[in-house]
Amino acid sequence: MSGLIEQHGVLTGWLLVLGQIGLFTLILSLSIAFLLLLDRKVWAAVMMRKGPNVVGPFGLMQSFADFGKFLLKEIIIPAGANKTVFLLAPILTLTLAFAAWAAIPVAPGWVISDINVGILYLFAISSLGVYGIIMGGWASNSKYPFLGSLRSAAQMVSYEVSIGLIIITVILLAGSMNLTEIVNAQDGGLFTWHLLTLEHILMLPVMVVAFVMFFVSALAETNRPPFDLPEAESELVAGYQVEYSSTPYLLFMFGEYLNIVLMCAMMTLLFLGGWHGPVPLGADFVNMFPAWIVNLGHLAWFMAKLVFFFFLFALVKAVVPRYRYDQLMRLGWKIFLPTALAAVVIVGGYVVYAGVQA
Amino acid sequence: MELIAFYIFAAIVTVSALAVIMAKNPVHSVLWLILTFFTAAGLFVLIGAEFLAMLLVVVYVGAVAVLFLFVVMMLDVDFVELKQGTLRYWPFAGLIGLAFIAEIALASFARQASTNTSFDASPGADTNTEAIGQVMYTDYFLLFQLAGLILLVAMIGAIVLTLRERPGVKRQNIAKQTSRRREDAIEKVAVEPGRGI
Repeated sequence: MSGLIEQHGVLTGWLLVLGQIGLFTLILSLSIAFLLLLDRKVWAAVMMRKGPNVVGPFGLMQSFADFGKFLLKEIIIPAGANKTVFLLAPILTLTLAFAAWAAIPVAPGWVISDINVGILYLFAISSLGVYGIIMGGWASNSKYPFLGSLRSAAQMVSYEVSIGLIIITVILLAGSMNLTEIVNAQDGGLFTWHLLTLEHILMLPVMVVAFVMFFVSALAETNRPPFDLPEAESELVAGYQVEYSSTPYLLFMFGEYLNIVLMCAMMTLLFLGGWHGPVPLGADFVNMFPAWIVNLGHLAWFMAKLVFFFFLFALVKAVVPRYRYDQLMRLGWKIFLPTALAAVVIVGGYVVYAGVQA
Repeated sequence: MELIAFYIFAAIVTVSALAVIMAKNPVHSVLWLILTFFTAAGLFVLIGAEFLAMLLVVVYVGAVAVLFLFVVMMLDVDFVELKQGTLRYWPFAGLIGLAFIAEIALASFARQASTNTSFDASPGADTNTEAIGQVMYTDYFLLFQLAGLILLVAMIGAIVLTLRERPGVKRQNIAKQTSRRREDAIEKVAVEPGRGI
């Protein structure tokens, strides 16, 4: 990215950078529209319904119809609400959700900002996501949203801890915090991916456990079922978003799905080899094609893995019943935290004493 | 370019730090505080200390300020009443402020007087992260562990203070709940017609 500014001069370089960001945002938004539909379709299929099937062929345009509807409705701000914070909350949620994507590499070199501490940046930004919810719940000046936001504050802070520790195990194995380098540490096909690593075969059981914990923590971190206590409709109506309508609600929803897909992307990058396919094709074969075709192939692998994880998220939503709040806290603090801590100690010991570090 | 960014960030930090103490609503104060932390992280990035910046965001914005907000949101205090007495603290607050300004001025003048004014965010290493690790786990290894122990003591202290045993309170025994099998709860009885169990 910064290379562009040096290559093309300040003005053209900046325009190119802005263009890339705009294009990425647009593609991301369009993808979210269809992933949202996938979510509803999977949910419907599990319940043996058809799901949205009226707007466009197979209901493909449903998300766009919903989008239009949300935009055209009236924005209602409760009389007792703290108006600025009330409107700031959904904007903050969406902005942070988009900002996190800046560090995600989707193919070799195809990344908005290739920073050295990329994984920490993702962790930092995703830990800010809780503010949108707390601010929304507090500013609504109403009891259900407030309870929802309190729940979500406690829940997200709890599960962030185990997510952070699991990320440390991956950093230790890959020896870098740069996402591109973490992905390139897994470029030798299926069995160099951190989830199925044969290269560090002693760590295989640890990484499998860590991956399962990461997946469950990601569900809790994004307030997805079975951990959607902040918006549990049987207890809190709709939790922190009770008072939201129209466009602010749309922003909340959009940010939430962006975060879900971000978690899927993180799992892909950290555990499943990012853009690398399961079988290495060899440099000779790959070099026969122009670079952009190779990158498109990498992009296809990345997206396939991402959609697979999203499918799992959707399936879990449909299949698993909601946790009780005390069970959720117990799982986070008494089971995930000690296990993740043990994983860090084991992987750290392995890296030091087996001498794998570069 | 960097200079422009620095002045923008510095202005935001100053204004939002002022707003923290000026805001009437304490929740707004905490929100301003979050903006201050976040922009300070931006300043860290500008001098090349990206690891510190991310840690600042993760620890202070992502965890500490959330708990601040959590507590402040739950407070039920009459803030108008609370504000009335503030005037008599002004001399004391002014004294502390003056001391702060004097210290900062002293430090920056002393720094200007020394010949070495250049700044290296990652001395002796490729990245900021490695530089911090090399210093922290070698030279200051014992101090680092000491800091960890202090945090551990604080944590245990907090748990001990809040843990209380009261007689007659029903508690869940999770192990007992999960180890309960169907046979323990349900019994199949062949009941003869006309007779109870």
